[in-house]
Amino acid sequence: MSQVEEETAVEAEVQAVVKKFMFVNRKAPYGTIYALEGLEVVLISAAFDQDVSLAFLDDGVYQLLKGQQTKALEVKNFSPTYRALEGYDVEKLYVERESLEARGIREDQLLVPVQVVSAKEMAELMEQQDVIIGF
Amino acid sequence: MLHIVNKSPYEKNSVASCLAHAQQGGAVLLIEDAVYAATKGNAAEAAVRRAMQALPVYALGPDLEARGVQGSVIDGVQVVDYGGFVDLVAEHRTSQSWL
Repeated sequence: MSQVEEETAVEAEVQAVVKKFMFVNRKAPYGTIYALEGLEVVLISAAFDQDVSLAFLDDGVYQLLKGQQTKALEVKNFSPTYRALEGYDVEKLYVERESLEARGIREDQLLVPVQVVSAKEMAELMEQQDVIIGF
Repeated sequence: MLHIVNKSPYEKNSVASCLAHAQQGGAVLLIEDAVYAATKGNAAEAAVRRAMQALPVYALGPDLEARGVQGSVIDGVQVVDYGGFVDLVAEHRTSQSWL
């Protein structure tokens, strides 16, 4: 095998490795840096053509609430970025029903289409992952 | 899956949320301030006992000792050292940290 052939073979092998990544968001958007940093990591992982999903539970569901206005805080309103995820082929957004209900949030108050799942279904989704990163 | 928690059950709901999502076949490891959840009489004791019917719960010994609570660990919670921590990570296909 020539060096070029060898490199092509190695490259094909590397490309074939697609892992299931789940990013678990459990914190509200502006009180800490976690939500914003998590979003950055999601975008990076999407660039590596991985099978990416996002989970929102506990205070993490507040990240997806419509109508965020951060002008007076003078910090970046990163909520529109969730709507851009689709463009990066990140289309699996799971939101836990119990967390929405505990906070009096309805699905139509969220700024992107999501799949609302029970805590039990969320636990099963977590089990199916190769890598889980929590924020 | 190995679930790792490091927050006090009084500061955050991480312990409660973790225990509510941990499935049979997995394990829970309490480290740093989460070791308070492994002690008798704490707010999360009932949830820890319930979880232990389905999966093992571990607490990190050095963190228990540093906080002076090594003598009041809930019966059934298994105390591990750093080597045990490494073994748990190696034994499970995935791990998840609950911040």
